[in-house]
Amino acid sequence: MSLRSPLSKVLGRGSAKNGVGHWWAQRVTASALILLTAWFVIALLSLPALDYASVAAWVHAPLSAVLLSLLVGTLVYHSQLGVQVVVEDYVASKGIKVLTMLIVNFVHVLLGALGVFAVLRVAFGAAV
Amino acid sequence: MAQFRLPENSKIRPGKTYKAAADAKDVRSFRIYRFDPESGATPSVDTYEVDMGKCGPMVLDALIKIKNEIDPTLTFRRSCREGICGSCAMNIDGVNTLACTRASSEVKGDVKIYPLPHMPVIKDLVPDLTNFYAQYASVKPWLQTRTPAPPDSERLQSKEDQEKIDRPSACILCACCSTSCPSYWWNSDRYLGPAALLAAHRWIIDTRDEATGERLDALEDPFRLYRCHTIMNCAEACPKDLNPAKAIADIKKMIAERQH
Repeated sequence: MSLRSPLSKVLGRGSAKNGVGHWWAQRVTASALILLTAWFVIALLSLPALDYASVAAWVHAPLSAVLLSLLVGTLVYHSQLGVQVVVEDYVASKGIKVLTMLIVNFVHVLLGALGVFAVLRVAFGAAV
Repeated sequence: MAQFRLPENSKIRPGKTYKAAADAKDVRSFRIYRFDPESGATPSVDTYEVDMGKCGPMVLDALIKIKNEIDPTLTFRRSCREGICGSCAMNIDGVNTLACTRASSEVKGDVKIYPLPHMPVIKDLVPDLTNFYAQYASVKPWLQTRTPAPPDSERLQSKEDQEKIDRPSACILCACCSTSCPSYWWNSDRYLGPAALLAAHRWIIDTRDEATGERLDALEDPFRLYRCHTIMNCAEACPKDLNPAKAIADIKKMIAERQH
């Protein structure tokens, strides 16, 4: 049984003095995703055909390749921020929480790197 | 992990039924959560049939009638019976509210009464609010200043500025909001909850207060403040029609704005 006062338990180690960065980043990435996703859908729909050749030709354009990479990066960042909240909400045990966060972050960075690499590979590949 | 299943000692077993008198005309069943820590038994739900013809309109009237006439062991908090003390907050028909301001006729079917959700139960409908009160105390809910008070008058505030803190000052700390919040259920050891944050906001926006920065500093924490995910159960539950969710959103906005 702990003999600490209820107030002492609530005060704990004090404020972590962060959280606003995460909160703001989540909103900035969300706004960016609205624009990027709208561009992505419209661009795909205005392609003459959705076969590999026409999509590859589209990705070859510098603007498409850059925006696609940004879309992948923003998506992964936004997802990481969201999953982090879920983990903080539901995983109470300190050790498991840190471990889960590490895995979540590694997986997100890996997915982002793979996505950007895939875009660049098509963008810099020989024209079909 | 967050606990999704009831612990073994919280599983509810069927309870007793107290029949109404044979000559009762307008009978309603009140199904009430019972827990006696001294009995060693798990909680049960007892059914009390009440003759509404001889009972006041509010749920609290029925509870008092049951305690006086049917079962004196039924335990609950109550004081003012007019919605200003916050003592009789409980979960009625699945909604956190005050028993004294909720009419029995507003509930369809049996009236199901439980203690405030996800709190340790002391007995029957009495939850342990120790942590809740400590969280309220932790936001320093009093005026903090450096400027000495004028020697011959109060600290002045414009009418408009007073109106900003008028509504949140009406909070009666009944805990209906905090105990309706899923985020508070999972992390009440670290998340301050809507009631404490509404109080914090009331002092943050008080124009006479000179500790706004320190107050925001103390709240800027992933758990204390940012566990709020704008679920809005708090605003829905508040028996005084206050909006803690909006106050919390405003605190987040103020913290973001002071960076730029």
